[in-house]
Amino acid sequence: MNWNSWPEFFNMGGYAFYVWGSYGVTAVLIVGELLLLRSHRQKALTLAKRTVKYGKVEKDES
Amino acid sequence: MSNFNWYKYSSPATFYGLAGKMIPWFYGVAALLCVAGLYLGLFLAPTDFQQSDAYRIIFIHVPAAWMAMVIYVVMACWAALGLAFNTRLSFMMASALAPTGALMTFISLWTGALWGKPTWGAWWVWDARLTSELILFFLYLGFMALQAAIDDPRRADRAGALIALVGVVNVPIIYFSVRWWNTLHQGASVSVTKSPSMAAIMLAGMLVMALAAWMYAIAAALSRARSIILEREKNSQWVAQMVEGEA
Repeated sequence: MNWNSWPEFFNMGGYAFYVWGSYGVTAVLIVGELLLLRSHRQKALTLAKRTVKYGKVEKDES
Repeated sequence: MSNFNWYKYSSPATFYGLAGKMIPWFYGVAALLCVAGLYLGLFLAPTDFQQSDAYRIIFIHVPAAWMAMVIYVVMACWAALGLAFNTRLSFMMASALAPTGALMTFISLWTGALWGKPTWGAWWVWDARLTSELILFFLYLGFMALQAAIDDPRRADRAGALIALVGVVNVPIIYFSVRWWNTLHQGASVSVTKSPSMAAIMLAGMLVMALAAWMYAIAAALSRARSIILEREKNSQWVAQMVEGEA
């Protein structure tokens, strides 16, 4: 273990802004992509179900 | 192996089912590797004698930068396969990879800026490595924008494939930029021919994080490919059967 205490860990030798700015933004972006992937899947499933139910539907978006 | 039917797996219907089974495994392995890599990188790896703890950005920066290049090459390969054999699935895979590739490229640029400021004193410099990486980001965005702008999916596929193939020359430029030009960006920390220029535990953390990024990118691309398949094949028999089976 490299650290003696949690405050020391969070301080990152004085580079907290740079280190946590990197890790934090990356985490937010990955979670964001996961949410986008889920909503994409739900939209695609809804579209497929509608198409099966009502026959060929015209593309109204994208 | 001669009896193995590759064409079976190039059918979107077969691929859809197979990918659906594989995705949770890739996400699971990615999560485990990520936890292990973060533990190695943030808790076990020692403070660097030169860069203090700012160097810990490497555990995100390098894996993201590697994935940005790897995903682009894989995307170009799918595009080439699609153009050569006219297989729908190949184009769908190329489209599915682009957003994740763009994300990895952005992460590498962002973490690079946050690393550059404390070590070089600048968020950004127009050095060959940084500039070619920025071009990679624009290639991804251009690919996605072009596909979104063309209504006919078959034309969109071909136009996108062309960008993907032309842009692939940028990848060796990124990779070798630190050797070909005198860059502020440091040279490769890991290479096949030389022993790595970093401590074993730092290297281990970086490699584990890189593997995690691979697994994540595969899961994300497969997941996006499934949604694209559903959108494009919604009028087909197998989608109708599957949707009715679920309802």
